[in-house]
Amino acid sequence: MSLSRDDVAKVATLARLALSEDELAQMTSELTKIVGFVSLLEEIDTSNVEPLAHPLGTTNVFREDEPAPSLPVELAIATAPKQDGECFLVPAVLGD
Amino acid sequence: MPEPTDNAAPYTTVIGLEVHVQLLTKTKLFCSCENRFGAPPNTLTCPVCLGLPGSLPVMNREAFRLAVRAATALDCTIAEFTKWDRKNYFYPDLPKGYQVSQFDLPFSEHGQLEAIDPKGAFEPRMVRILRVHLEEDAGKSMHDESAGTADSRIDLNRTGTPLLEIVSEPDLRSPAEARCWLGELRLLLVYLGVSDCNMQEGSLRVDANVNLHIPKADGSLAKTPIVEIKNMNSFRSVERALTYEVVRQYEEWQATGKELGSAPKQTRGWDDAAGITRGQRHKEESSDYRYFPEPDLVPVTLTVDEIAAIREGMPESPRALRKRLEETWKIPAYDADVLVGQGRALVEYFETLARLVDDGKVASNWMQQDVLRTLNEQGIAIDAFPVAAAGLADVIGRVKKGDFDTSRGREIFAEMIASGRSAEEVVAAMGIAAVGDDELMALCRELVEANPKIVADVQSGKQQAAGGLIGQAKKKNPNVNPGQVRGLCLKIIGELPAP
Repeated sequence: MSLSRDDVAKVATLARLALSEDELAQMTSELTKIVGFVSLLEEIDTSNVEPLAHPLGTTNVFREDEPAPSLPVELAIATAPKQDGECFLVPAVLGD
Repeated sequence: MPEPTDNAAPYTTVIGLEVHVQLLTKTKLFCSCENRFGAPPNTLTCPVCLGLPGSLPVMNREAFRLAVRAATALDCTIAEFTKWDRKNYFYPDLPKGYQVSQFDLPFSEHGQLEAIDPKGAFEPRMVRILRVHLEEDAGKSMHDESAGTADSRIDLNRTGTPLLEIVSEPDLRSPAEARCWLGELRLLLVYLGVSDCNMQEGSLRVDANVNLHIPKADGSLAKTPIVEIKNMNSFRSVERALTYEVVRQYEEWQATGKELGSAPKQTRGWDDAAGITRGQRHKEESSDYRYFPEPDLVPVTLTVDEIAAIREGMPESPRALRKRLEETWKIPAYDADVLVGQGRALVEYFETLARLVDDGKVASNWMQQDVLRTLNEQGIAIDAFPVAAAGLADVIGRVKKGDFDTSRGREIFAEMIASGRSAEEVVAAMGIAAVGDDELMALCRELVEANPKIVADVQSGKQQAAGGLIGQAKKKNPNVNPGQVRGLCLKIIGELPAP
């Protein structure tokens, strides 16, 4: 299977990565190799294999619905690039 | 092919709803921060819901329990094996860059819920439910429009709170059906204690998908492109937005002839003040979310026996309750709908009252008139109502016994509500003593003697003339029962020698 430049450009956009044309070309070639490596798995007949939902065999790990203290607001927003003491500040989000 | 519901319209309206409800847990879905509305911004967060590196989510047992209850009540098949997936997208109110949701193995699917109009404006409509799944909510972004290009403020208190997504099949056929169905869904979830479904606080949110099926001259069917409507803040605005959108789509189809497939699915926002929908960004394809299994959470399994036990333990649904009230207490469907719509506590009050007075219809009348009016006027719930069912039953019992008439009874009840005193105390305080039989007989004899003209009229066959005696009796003693006065006076006159 081979990936096109446009496939990679689309994935880059979804991941919010700004790639130059050179980087796109390089990524296309590298990603194609990785996908090719993984597609070796397609040689195995998995028709009778249950899809794996989780690598650990365990299920049903729960916690009880008991509140615990949250972080104080100044700590919660401490590492934000921009904040007003109460909220995280981000470039204007308008509409949807 | 769906049948048209509106014979006047040259098309069938096809509506599907996607509803998100917040679960009534004490804590968030994956961490122990409180799940609470209205706290100061960013005071209910921790490394898990902030998405800080190295933090790990752990599923809230109660959230899963409530989710399964809701899906069971919606007649869904509960999965014996379910898992969580990451839905990837970037938005400032989603700190992890993905939402933990369910993709290919939701915990429940294939349910149903009926839309019923108590006033009978449309035939009951059974609406299939495609799936119900459990996911985490995002935070809230606030933008002050007047501040121009200033920053948006992000509050992450809501981030990671448990959210149930309920997706219906496109089975609804009119905006009114959609509104009724939502009302029934909300009532059911409130009855189950799964959610408070408060739309003002955002604990119930609705998106609607709508398009039209238009029969063409050649016998084929034109389907208009599906539009998803967002930003509807009440059930009324859901109905209004759909009504607007149906007309808009028909006009657009007439103008452009565009059909499903020739135009991408569109998202439109409802502007409640302007009463119109406006186009928004194009909907991302599902695959653009690049779902993959959430490695930080293990799957959840339920045995067939556990699923059966949950089904056994379900409380009576609003629909079953309405039916039972109608049958047990012989009240009209409309009465049952009003009572059930007020919540389980009010229904319990009604049933206690109905049992005590042994008369469902009379109990329902007092509930609809006096009790509900007071609740509305005072803006309180039945739990805060000052008179217990036994107190009201006492009043109704006295009316039935003939101590006083219904209008006097209502005055006494109003005074009991205002003062918090018992019927006994109010009757004494208002000087309303039951009029004894001897006293009443004496009064009636006195009236008959004093009114020869009325007596003569009655003797000549004009029984309604006795009404004049009742008026006089009430003046002499306001506590007399008009029916008794009338009956006694007619009896006395009947025993007089003929003129």
